[in-house]
Amino acid sequence: MATSPNRPLSPHLGVYRWGPHMTVSILHRVTGAGLSLVGLAVLTWWLVALSGGADSYAAFTKAATSIYGKIVLIGLTWAFFQHLLSGIRHLVMDTGAAFELGVNKTFALVTLVGSVLLTAALWWYVLGGAK
Amino acid sequence: MSVGESSTPLGRVRGLGSAREGGEHWLTERVTSIALLLLGTWLVASLLILPALDVRTTLEWLHAPSGAVPMALLIVVGFKHALDGMKVVVDDYVHDEGNRFACNLVLLFLAVGGGALALFALARIAFTGGAA
Repeated sequence: MATSPNRPLSPHLGVYRWGPHMTVSILHRVTGAGLSLVGLAVLTWWLVALSGGADSYAAFTKAATSIYGKIVLIGLTWAFFQHLLSGIRHLVMDTGAAFELGVNKTFALVTLVGSVLLTAALWWYVLGGAK
Repeated sequence: MSVGESSTPLGRVRGLGSAREGGEHWLTERVTSIALLLLGTWLVASLLILPALDVRTTLEWLHAPSGAVPMALLIVVGFKHALDGMKVVVDDYVHDEGNRFACNLVLLFLAVGGGALALFALARIAFTGGAA
């Protein structure tokens, strides 16, 4: 912008006491970027491998079920649930609701705890814990 | 109305009126997010419900319209939502105008290219059942 570089700026992050709402806010961005760059790449790789037949699908499965593959997939699962829950929080706040300090903090904490619980439950089921 | 050097930036902006865009980007992000709430839940639920994730079962699932159509929607809406979201991140953090344009161009090409590749793979599965 063609304005003076010396114009006053609003205070940045340093002046605020850190809280769950700030963690959730930045996590929404981080998980969104992760899902966009890594999640969609994995989804596309999976579809291309599947369309290529048994051999290419086997190559994908081998990578996906390796220890590194599992770490990436568990990470993506958490990112999916965190982004989904904080996304719902954003939609609620877009209506003008949940800005009260207590409600806002509780809602933020619910998304943090919820994403971890949902990820744990899903992978417990996938890795055979239900059997 | 004068919009010359003597006016302040605010005055110049007021003289020009609003950009008349931006609202659509904001709203599209919300609408696609609600669609992805459904489509994302569908994908996770489907993967959990499928009896196995071997090549035959998975191909059968995406060969049928009940699997192929939501997956096509997920690809299109997912890449669109990712592009819209990443644009906000780039616009916030990349301050140089030239770099910002370059970053947004790369993102656009990645999203369109990736989406096209995913759709092609899905079409191959849906219409031919994948490579033999």
